[in-house]
Amino acid sequence: MIIRVTDQAGEKHELEGLDGWRVMEVIRDWGLNIKAECGGALSCATCHVYVDKDWLDVVGAPSDEEEDMLDSVGDVKSNSRLSCQILCSDALDGLTLTLAPSAAKD
Amino acid sequence: MSTEITTDVVVVGAGPCGLFAAFELGLLDLKCHFIDILDRPGGQCAELYPEKPIYDIPGFPVVTGQQLTDNLMAQIAPFAPEFHFNRMINTIEKQEDGSFKVATDADEVFHAKVVVIAAGGGSFQPKRPPVEGIEQYENKSVFYAVRKMDDFRDQDVVIVGGGDSALDWTLNLQPIVRSLTLVHRRDAFKAAPASVNKMKELVMEGKINFLLGQIGKLDGENGQIDHVHLTTDAGDLSLPATRLLPFFGLTMKLGPVADWGLELNDNTIVVDTEKFQTSVPGIFAIGDINWYPGKLKLILSGFHEAALMAQAAKAIVSPGERVVFQYTTSSTKLQKKLGVA
Repeated sequence: MIIRVTDQAGEKHELEGLDGWRVMEVIRDWGLNIKAECGGALSCATCHVYVDKDWLDVVGAPSDEEEDMLDSVGDVKSNSRLSCQILCSDALDGLTLTLAPSAAKD
Repeated sequence: MSTEITTDVVVVGAGPCGLFAAFELGLLDLKCHFIDILDRPGGQCAELYPEKPIYDIPGFPVVTGQQLTDNLMAQIAPFAPEFHFNRMINTIEKQEDGSFKVATDADEVFHAKVVVIAAGGGSFQPKRPPVEGIEQYENKSVFYAVRKMDDFRDQDVVIVGGGDSALDWTLNLQPIVRSLTLVHRRDAFKAAPASVNKMKELVMEGKINFLLGQIGKLDGENGQIDHVHLTTDAGDLSLPATRLLPFFGLTMKLGPVADWGLELNDNTIVVDTEKFQTSVPGIFAIGDINWYPGKLKLILSGFHEAALMAQAAKAIVSPGERVVFQYTTSSTKLQKKLGVA
């Protein structure tokens, strides 16, 4: 499967994802600018992404716990998600998203 | 006057790897003092995921971050390491005799022959909201914590956030400010329900404002804000403000470690894989903060690194002394140190 990612500098990347991986892990594994501080424990919000509006229904809504974590960043939009909470699957082949400024490494 | 403390080893960071280092160093009769910016041991495990299960600690099919911390504290108890919490290291200076002088922001000076950096992802610092140019206002009119309430007296204060810090300071500052606006992106709060109810009462009484939105940009000059621009569902809004308190929690930054003259690689400290020593002899780095070819950021890697580091640290603290490698299962000498023989 392929994930299409636009980074904070506006550069576009096509990343090969693996079924069952978290989208955060794919982005991090490809070396893009994502801090992913807690490693997927849903405890930091430093893997914040904006999911392309065409994909929102497929990805689904964030959980209450994820919404709580999104409170800890200052650049939330209606299409904000934490990429550690999106699991790669065939249904998400072509998923398009943008890295949020608050996800950047220092 | 500074408090002077002399010890064998200063360990920077009381996360799992630092704590286990005290065990390995203790077996070799080396005394440790810990310095940590947090107010308790456990580092990232205790701060970010105390209740989350960890599955890859040898011998524990599952353990939470807090349980692991508690177990490590029990394991190192026989060596009575001393902890200095809520401290940031200001400087580390190498002395002519090869030892180190470590100064903290709590006006303490540690004299140690060895320094072990076990600071994980760095030090926990307040999250800075992604607002352009916010740095120029920080500690002048934008604050991430309230140190002196009087700095907010008779000011137009904007507080951003929905957690306990935001709600607590909304309630505490309300009686002394000229105006107070709480801004949160949604009408749901992570804070204690009693605080949320009290805040809503103050809104009903017209004593504070509550707005749904996020900070857009700041206006002001010479470090003094005069307006906070908000992005709201109803459109952009400009709010007069002389103080801004964003409460977005904590994040880890390398921080002052970057200024200690150590060779770095992408916000991590370069070490060798024999001793886990940095580019400065006598300063070691273990756990997530170090880098070497093949590094895996796992707690178990940090445990391994601590054991090898301790052997090298012993050679520095007690030069010329022959160290006989022993196992805790069979050595009565080690068992006596642990208080079990």
